[in-house]
Amino acid sequence: MNNHKKRSERIAFMLFRTLGLLVVLILFWILGFIVYHGIGAISWEFLTTGPADGMTSGGIFPAIVGTLCLVAGSILFAFPLGVMSAVYTNEYAGNSWVVRFVRVMTNNLSSIPSIVFGLFGMALFVRALGFGDSILAGSLTLGLLVLPLVIRTTEEALKAVPYSYRTGSLALGATKLQTIRRIILPAALPNITTGLILSIGRISGETAPILFTVAAYFLPKLPNSIFDQVMALPYHLYVIATSGTDVEASRPVAYGTALTLILIVLLMNLLAAFLRKYFGKNVKHN
Amino acid sequence: MIKAKNVNFYYNDFHALKNIGMEIAANTITAFIGPSGCGKSTFLRLFNRMNDLIDGTRLTGTCLLRGKDIYDKSVDIDRLRKNVGMVFQKPNPFPKSIFENVAYGLRVNNMGDKKYIAQRVEESLIASALWDEVKDKLKKSAFELSGGQQQRLCIARALAVSPDVLLMDEPASALDPISTSKIEELIHTLKEDYTIVIVTHNMQQAARISDKTGFFMLGELIEFSDTKKMFLNPEKQETQNYITGRFG
Repeated sequence: MNNHKKRSERIAFMLFRTLGLLVVLILFWILGFIVYHGIGAISWEFLTTGPADGMTSGGIFPAIVGTLCLVAGSILFAFPLGVMSAVYTNEYAGNSWVVRFVRVMTNNLSSIPSIVFGLFGMALFVRALGFGDSILAGSLTLGLLVLPLVIRTTEEALKAVPYSYRTGSLALGATKLQTIRRIILPAALPNITTGLILSIGRISGETAPILFTVAAYFLPKLPNSIFDQVMALPYHLYVIATSGTDVEASRPVAYGTALTLILIVLLMNLLAAFLRKYFGKNVKHN
Repeated sequence: MIKAKNVNFYYNDFHALKNIGMEIAANTITAFIGPSGCGKSTFLRLFNRMNDLIDGTRLTGTCLLRGKDIYDKSVDIDRLRKNVGMVFQKPNPFPKSIFENVAYGLRVNNMGDKKYIAQRVEESLIASALWDEVKDKLKKSAFELSGGQQQRLCIARALAVSPDVLLMDEPASALDPISTSKIEELIHTLKEDYTIVIVTHNMQQAARISDKTGFFMLGELIEFSDTKKMFLNPEKQETQNYITGRFG
């Protein structure tokens, strides 16, 4: 009997470990594949010049700039809005049916396919509001897409702040707003930052929402204003991998683009880890 | 200082406090004792309106502080809470430095400039008998202190805004015996400047530190009298049973 228990214990452990390692293996396989094919294409010139020869050579500088513009734009839109609505639902609104409704709707919003956001963005921002294909329209569309993610991670971050901080602050005569601003938000900041970075990772990789709202097939010129179109890394990758002038000849550029995109997201994640640690040094909860 | 008349309090349908009346004089220590769930903490939290934070509560009767009804519509709750400080069961310092923890109440209430705040922080830490232990590490996180030190920090934090009344909700129940006796000594010295109301599970503690004691049971104030009298010669049979440990 005892032996039998030990054996099943061992088998279960082996199974879990194998599956765990399998996940890591798949991840490394994908990464290794892209690094192997892409590393040759990456050079200073690749990162700082525009595409040349029908996008079969040259660099991806305009696409990098475009993606950074879109990330910045959508975060500027989604982050304040998301954090404020999370503060409202978590700190002010109690547990009324309005809040529960908002929460369910937020979750629904996050499961809408991104192409639907793209079409909605085109209908509303590009057409109805007349922004045209532009950084503004693309950023707003991407912003809507990550809004649920920002709201949810912020809510979780706020929930992780002990209730005793709130009572402690209010008992000293602080108002609710002072409590939120001086105690709760600073304490939640490390986790909010994590959510922010997750959002950035999501935004930089999305293709469908920018398809009809901002992304240019080929536009070596850098944008002058938020009403200009830009190239973007994921869309550029899609274009040269499927419908470029010469798909075979563009392969190295495609892998280089993929690698650059991954590196940008990786850098953001590292930055996040650093910021988290930096903001978090005083905020370890008891 | 404090006067409660015909106070009834409800959590939804639960009648938590039944027709309670009490008068608490200035510069005294009043202890509330009674079995868990008897309403003593609820009654305590009426005086700084912390019960307002809980949904579905209802109050009838009057609570007066210096003769003014603290549940009157014109009352500024933030100012009330500044005047009626509170120390909680579990030490709850903010995730800030030791200095900023004590300065917090002064900052949110716009009390004084930098110099005054620094002076008040020092005075409060001295008053809470913590100054000597922390004066060289005011910028360190409050979480580096021990549980007992954290609780004294929370007391300093409450004292910094110069309240009239200090409410303490089982302030020593999460602490070891040595820290507990330090807190008790501290409470005793604070009596000179503050009116203190303390909820405690520990009857010896109530007997040691308080001037008056209220015994609560099932939402009723069974007996309220001088501590000495209560413990030597209680009027009611229930009080007798409780303090001799027959239940509770």
